[in-house]
Amino acid sequence: MSRPVMTRKRRRLILVLTCLAGLGGAAGLTLSAFSDNMVFFVAPSDFATKAPKPGHSFRMGGLVEAGSLQRATVDGKPVARFRVTDGGATVNVQYGGILPDLFREGQGIVALGTLRPDGSFLASEVLAKHDETYMPKDVADALKKSGHWNPAEGPPPPASTWNTLEVGRADAAKADAGKRAGG
Amino acid sequence: MPVGFKLRALQTAAAAAYGAAVDASASVAPAPARNLHRFANPGRFLRLSGKVLPYLAAAALAVSAVGLWWGLFRAPADWQQGDAVRIMYVHVPAAWLASLGYLGLAVCAVLSLVWRHPLADLAAAEIGPVGAGFTALCLATGSLWGKPMWGAWWVWDARLTSMLVLFFLYLGHIALIRAFDDPQRGYRAAAILALVGVVDLPIIKFSVDWWNTLHQPDSITLTGAPTMYVGMLYPLAVCALGFTLGFAAIVVARLRAAVMERRIRALLMARAQEGRMTEGRMTDGRMTDGRAAGAS
Repeated sequence: MSRPVMTRKRRRLILVLTCLAGLGGAAGLTLSAFSDNMVFFVAPSDFATKAPKPGHSFRMGGLVEAGSLQRATVDGKPVARFRVTDGGATVNVQYGGILPDLFREGQGIVALGTLRPDGSFLASEVLAKHDETYMPKDVADALKKSGHWNPAEGPPPPASTWNTLEVGRADAAKADAGKRAGG
Repeated sequence: MPVGFKLRALQTAAAAAYGAAVDASASVAPAPARNLHRFANPGRFLRLSGKVLPYLAAAALAVSAVGLWWGLFRAPADWQQGDAVRIMYVHVPAAWLASLGYLGLAVCAVLSLVWRHPLADLAAAEIGPVGAGFTALCLATGSLWGKPMWGAWWVWDARLTSMLVLFFLYLGHIALIRAFDDPQRGYRAAAILALVGVVDLPIIKFSVDWWNTLHQPDSITLTGAPTMYVGMLYPLAVCALGFTLGFAAIVVARLRAAVMERRIRALLMARAQEGRMTEGRMTDGRMTDGRAAGAS
């Protein structure tokens, strides 16, 4: 193990690590500086500070409030009115067009559109946001039946309470629902 | 011969990098190697990988087949997404391997820049296209899922954008490593690109936590219970294992081919040099025939 070879290798290693650390630091600083501009959507609570003036379009996101969805047909086109909330503030949304399959009350959505002078939001595009929950239908039904989850009200209960739930047979689901309702 | 000078330069480079390999093929016991360099010997790599590759490839096919059958036909449908959830069994492993492959490129880059590991350069050249393929698969399947579920093929949120940047990094690496007449310069430039691009990996990973994105956050985390039903989680794990084995098998097979290609080229160079010295009457075409085949 000759000394000069080791030194050269070590010097190259230190050089590479230093460059990486510098690069990482620079990237981190850049991202934190731009973090305010990197939001894909603005929550209703942040409208006062972050939303552009009425007439300028931006993306707005939140949960569709339970019981707020009204569908109508105007001149043969579907029009949906609903409220979007982030827990703090709520905004009225109007959208003319076809809603995506995942759209429902309690679902997270991202809408592109403009604020109107009266504070309501006129959407030109509505995207449904899927959360990180992956649940078979029978499990979802069991949770709904047992009263542990109303999808319109918000996200499901903690994953550990359902991700191994055995509901292969209908009677098992009933027994489980009974047990949970009783307990 | 106008190519004479270039030929000699190339031969010097090839001999420097692969002289050891040519020696090893004559079954000369290599000098006792220090830890890292034990695996730097292309001859040893060929012998070891030749034994491992058939099992690796068979395991990859079998595990992927089981995982895909389980995920696509046996696993339950999602209560909201229906059968579209099955795209996940391809999309998620492809996304993981896209990042893992790039991490592999970065590791090769450090091995190449610091330790001048001869196999690391070849490995980087072979990982690139495979990683790019998995990234493209991830982007394509994500798009196919996005249209029916979100209502859009593509959105410019932080997760999707950072993944697209990864795809372009792969493409840049693929182009750069092959862009120079002197392969060593290409290896050096591509290694630096790989290290610079590694900044994108934490951005991809944490984009869904740091910023508002349309893309959902991770279902599988180190801290909490997976927010995925076990009947979906198990096939996903099997698919991920199968795809990982498949990624490894493709890279090993490509790397074997690359090492052998380099060997043949080095041998041809040696023959050409020999022929030139004896004022050879043979044409290049004839030289490649008998001798190279016999030597391999």
